[in-house]
Amino acid sequence: MIYIRTVWLHLKKDLYLEWRSRDAIAGMLFFTLLVAVVFAMAFDPTGYPTLARQMSGGLLWVGLLFASTTAMNISWERERRNQVLDAHRMSASAPSALFLGKALANLVFVTAVELVLAPVFAVFYNLHPLGEAKLLWVVLPLGTWAIVVNGTFFAALGLRSRNRELMLPVILFPLSIPALLAVTQATTGIITGDFEPGMWIRLIVGFDVIFTTACLLLFGTVLHAE
Amino acid sequence: MVVIKPTLTKLFKRCKEIPSSILKTMQVSSNPAQSAASVRELSKLYGSFAALKRVTCSFPAGGFHVLLGPNGAGKSTLLRAIAGLITPTSGRVEVFGAAPQDVCSRMAYMSHAPMLYEELTAMENLRYFSRLASPGANCDCAGSPEMALRAVGLDPHLTRPVSQFSQGMRQRVSMARALVGDPELLLLDEPFSNMDAAGARELVALLLDFCTWPLPSTPDGAPRTGRTVIVTTHQFELVADSAATVVRMRAGTIVAEQPAEITARIPDGVSAA
Repeated sequence: MIYIRTVWLHLKKDLYLEWRSRDAIAGMLFFTLLVAVVFAMAFDPTGYPTLARQMSGGLLWVGLLFASTTAMNISWERERRNQVLDAHRMSASAPSALFLGKALANLVFVTAVELVLAPVFAVFYNLHPLGEAKLLWVVLPLGTWAIVVNGTFFAALGLRSRNRELMLPVILFPLSIPALLAVTQATTGIITGDFEPGMWIRLIVGFDVIFTTACLLLFGTVLHAE
Repeated sequence: MVVIKPTLTKLFKRCKEIPSSILKTMQVSSNPAQSAASVRELSKLYGSFAALKRVTCSFPAGGFHVLLGPNGAGKSTLLRAIAGLITPTSGRVEVFGAAPQDVCSRMAYMSHAPMLYEELTAMENLRYFSRLASPGANCDCAGSPEMALRAVGLDPHLTRPVSQFSQGMRQRVSMARALVGDPELLLLDEPFSNMDAAGARELVALLLDFCTWPLPSTPDGAPRTGRTVIVTTHQFELVADSAATVVRMRAGTIVAEQPAEITARIPDGVSAA
């Protein structure tokens, strides 16, 4: 119970910090909307509806992955600034609670961007799912968590490096390939209706379970590293 | 302590009197069980640069202790080692007879940086950190953030975020953050650096008062020794009358460890024996 209360304390603090500054959500939203507009202009999705269906899932997730790195970096930058991280290192509370609170806060931010972005994609690419649309409600949170949990962990890992903004994509993107592949395929399967996304959804679930466990177990070491 | 003893004996001869309080301090600090913090043969290397070179000293439990020295002497590194924030290259650090990481809930650390969230108000920062210090507490009053802010001379009802505070105000909030966890050992790195003279004197008075705040007794009912404050500073004149122990550092080594009244009489201190 104390652990859950501590996670809630960190989550509430991160939501509050973002509410006051609006750095992360504004940056992500601007970037992803730009991706949607630029690709819509480059590929003329209304002229090639089949190609647009096949591509839109990939575009959505790549855009989100790129944009979410901004949010991850910002969320840890707030801890690094003024050496607040030292206060956490000296705190008696569980380090994994800090990680989980921050990952959940990032999940909220990326989900908020998704909620704006998904209708924009649907309009720009003239999309309506031909597969089971309700599965999107499973794929979107699972895929977002896959991005967020890894991103939050590796952003913390690169926190003390000089080129931390560059470090995160360099480490995160290769490691996210299995999740990105699964979530893109699952989304494309739902939008095109060409194949069943079940196998890909199971792969995302496996990825989420493995990486969430590993990140929770290893975060203490990352936090206390010099 | 053994290395320091001949130095102190020489010093006492120069002063032609040995105050009994000094002898008591020496006896207490040579007993590790009575030490709030002690380091043995502590070295810290950053690449080829040695920030600390085989430092040995101890700070008796209860009282106000000062780390003096010029920039780059290793004061902050020693304080961070005691706080458990850096891993020594070699040597040992003990706080209340245990590894610093095992007793982090009994100490608080204030660095040059305020260790606060700039977007939050002082009260919001303190509420957050007090709840973090006592995660089991149910109410907002855990750790008394309001009292801590009043103690450092700030109005708890200030609605401005910390980013709009002056450096001196940030330092006061940072001090309140350190106090709000109700620590037994307070580690303060240059706490007076951004303060005006009057503010600094008030802070010294607060810290001396803090040393007298009662502590809860141990699980077996025995009373605890008392609260301990370790401060690094350049402004020795501020703390000269209050310090129980003064440790002088230079180039990563301790050049003298002596009771404050001796240091006050001989401003340059003594060189290592």
